[in-house]
Amino acid sequence: MLDSEMSHLRQSLGREPTETETAIISAEWSEHCSYKSSREHLRILPRDAPYVISDKGLDSGVIDVGGGYVVTAHIESHNHPSAVEPYGGAATGVGGIIRDIMSAGTRPICILDGLRFGDIEADRHAAWLLRGAVRGISDYGNCLGIPTIGGETGFDPSYSKYTLVDVAAVGFGIRERLIHNTAGPGDHIVLLGGPTGYDGVGGAQFASERMDEEDRSAVQIPDPFMEKMVMEAILKLRPYIKALKDLGGGGLACAASETADALGVGIAIDTDAVHTRDNNMTPPQIMASESQERMLAIVDDTGLAHIREVCGRFRVPHSIIGVVNDTGTLTVRHHGTVVAELPASLAAHAPPLRWPSKPPTPGEDHTTIPDQNDYTHTLERMLGGADCASRNWIYSQYDHEVGIRTVSRPGQDASVLRLDNGKYLAVSMCGSPRHCHLNPYHGTMGCFEEACRNVRCAGATPVAMLDHLQFGSPEDPQIFWSFLQSVRALADYSKHTGIPCIGGKVSLYNETDTGPIKPSPVILVLGLADQNFRRRPIRDGDALYIIGVTKNETGGSSYHHHTGTGGGTCPRVDMVSSTSNGVAASSLAGLGTIHDCSRGGLAVAASRMCITSDMGCTIDLDAIPGDVPHPGVALFAESHSRYLVSIPYNHTKEAAHTLGEAGVPHARIGTYGGASIRFEAGATPVCNVMVDKAHNTWSESLERMIHHG
Amino acid sequence: MRVGVVVFPGSNCDRDVHHVLMDTGHEPAYVWHEHAIPDNIEALILPGGFSYGDRLRAGAIASHSPIMRHVRYMAREGMPILGICNGFQILAEGGLLPGVLLHNDTARFTCRWTRIRYGGAKTPFTIPLRNGDAIPIPVANGEGRYHADPDTIRHMEENSQVVFRYTENINGSAGDIAGVCNIDGNVLGLMPHPERAAEYDTNPYDHRPARSIFKSLGDM
Repeated sequence: MLDSEMSHLRQSLGREPTETETAIISAEWSEHCSYKSSREHLRILPRDAPYVISDKGLDSGVIDVGGGYVVTAHIESHNHPSAVEPYGGAATGVGGIIRDIMSAGTRPICILDGLRFGDIEADRHAAWLLRGAVRGISDYGNCLGIPTIGGETGFDPSYSKYTLVDVAAVGFGIRERLIHNTAGPGDHIVLLGGPTGYDGVGGAQFASERMDEEDRSAVQIPDPFMEKMVMEAILKLRPYIKALKDLGGGGLACAASETADALGVGIAIDTDAVHTRDNNMTPPQIMASESQERMLAIVDDTGLAHIREVCGRFRVPHSIIGVVNDTGTLTVRHHGTVVAELPASLAAHAPPLRWPSKPPTPGEDHTTIPDQNDYTHTLERMLGGADCASRNWIYSQYDHEVGIRTVSRPGQDASVLRLDNGKYLAVSMCGSPRHCHLNPYHGTMGCFEEACRNVRCAGATPVAMLDHLQFGSPEDPQIFWSFLQSVRALADYSKHTGIPCIGGKVSLYNETDTGPIKPSPVILVLGLADQNFRRRPIRDGDALYIIGVTKNETGGSSYHHHTGTGGGTCPRVDMVSSTSNGVAASSLAGLGTIHDCSRGGLAVAASRMCITSDMGCTIDLDAIPGDVPHPGVALFAESHSRYLVSIPYNHTKEAAHTLGEAGVPHARIGTYGGASIRFEAGATPVCNVMVDKAHNTWSESLERMIHHG
Repeated sequence: MRVGVVVFPGSNCDRDVHHVLMDTGHEPAYVWHEHAIPDNIEALILPGGFSYGDRLRAGAIASHSPIMRHVRYMAREGMPILGICNGFQILAEGGLLPGVLLHNDTARFTCRWTRIRYGGAKTPFTIPLRNGDAIPIPVANGEGRYHADPDTIRHMEENSQVVFRYTENINGSAGDIAGVCNIDGNVLGLMPHPERAAEYDTNPYDHRPARSIFKSLGDM
């Protein structure tokens, strides 16, 4: 706690805080739990749409998807713990997000994870972190029976000795069965799940500071089987629970004070009643422990009887640790003595911090891709490079089929799940730290647009966004400026498109002794489709179209990274064509196969389509709409709002008509056939890669990097 | 047919199997592992998942669950019993099926689509299938490598107990074995997940062959 915060606490209480009170406030007022640096700035994010359900005390965003059903979603990270102990850190990250989804009374139906590591091609520690994090997610998510259906993985030297493990989850349920979070005097406070132990004491504070040393005791221990039992018990108990809260960062201290504050009640807790791993735990330890697989439920007498019965059946340990009253105070007793008595509103609202912000020296310049006449070698290297190589090694370790909702699997632009109301839910998670580093405003908007593009590729309409904003220390004015730029970009794009922000998370102080991470917003977009648009096999003679304009903006691109080139211009989203191009692309979902054009540019996107269909293609770079000084830019620029569409040869008239009617920039740029991916300019080949060679290097290189470096 | 879906602590595919049974015209009912099997149940499915968190060995603890005594009895009585993934591991651990399931030779959990080929063995779950039929189907397991000593495997082959083989070597299973039955043919264990391949939406290739495994019960 800062000195100023301590004096604010003293002044508010009119006395010295007790040891337990200090522990509660230290957890609750940590950056991780209180958003004290960011909260005020997040207010500009539009949160409303007719289908958004916003109830007090909800741990996840909720949207009505029709037919009496709701979808819930949340995103979080577990960066600090995963950097120290990747297996446990990543596994408990999954556990936490799942409990957020359960606390609304919905069943989790999928997990997505966004992972970032140091330079995997050179950094052995990064490979160790990757193996551990993937195994942690795999062991935990698979055991719960929740499919991990997507996400993204990126590498950059700014994450060396560190890792970002972002986990998102989506839930599905019946609207009438949502837990609405109410409480009245006399209701019981039940703590259910694993016993409270010493693990993770002080975890919230650990996650709110620069990571200077490896504090392994702050990492929680995962028990997915307990989580599974808690989940099944909660879903059975749903009708009898008045309010439900996950115990995450800040443990019981935060769960109790936030619940009391959100519901406008008082909560009295007796620490002697808490089931612990060790009888000698002190009240501050019990309140601040971050032991996993625990939830706080508020029930009346009838509910209590049901809890006893159901928890007994599922062997879920539980204890009745307190009662609800009308004092508005969080009271903690230990051996009959009051050890903490805090107004809940004081505990739940840390005094906001205001940090100065200052734009950094401009990072953008006019650097671009050099003109050359043979890009074959570059494309081959990029297909096998860490940026663009297949992530199959990662997602094949995740059960992405359980739950039998998975319609479109990891490795596609968006993952698609079927819902019980006949609709299909498309989800995509995107980040692009190199773009955000170059220009946090346009970079962040690009992430948002890319996630929307992916959803459009599945023929779905984006309906909701969740943001996870990860930065270094807000005390650095340039970093704080980047943060503000990111939030502004999200707000602007959200306002323009009408896609509301239904949740999110801010993670600051992501830095080690080697410095801060690049600005790393990660955006999750949910979309809905009325139909399951299956991918069509591509055949000889089919046509390749591009929608959207290619521009000479190559800064932060995969090409620059591969060639060690800095600077350049960050791609800009044109908000008007963003929507029209997306709608036009989406309207072709029933006709052909759509693929987003992003990391690695047109060259990599077209290669991916060829690899997947085991079919070559000849592409005329001169036909591409846009401002392209030479073929290198056409191949590798990462301009936004672009889509590649394969159209069966006998449907090209329909496609051309649809695109013409839509009035969006587009062109037929290629024809499938042959055994090579061939790019021509002025009828001269400038890049020519054999499909089988591309397939091998693309599909096998990540595993090689992970194991052999 | 009235099909019992046995639920152990940690079963994950119980709801999926229930859904597909409904979809294929059966009357499924969940049976909790501590309860007796209701009298009107005509067939049983032990679904996949991580019973008891896969502690000790996959299926080891669940094979001692109270319900397993009844399952054993029903197996002897000739009731059709299908164990899928963890259900297969439980049946193997409990000695209802020959062989064991070991860690994959990749030493990793593996989730992917593959194909299995029907070898012609007669079971209540394979009536509509013809010898040599290939079924597109996903696997998702960490301990899915089928192992038995060569004598046992020869014995099984002679008695038509090898029901399905993978069409490729996906995890080091002996003889690429994906599914086996008991000597009477009424108890079948299958590592891949037919319930994940039995509908148009969930199967990107062809859902009809896997669907016939569930429809088969109605053909008896």
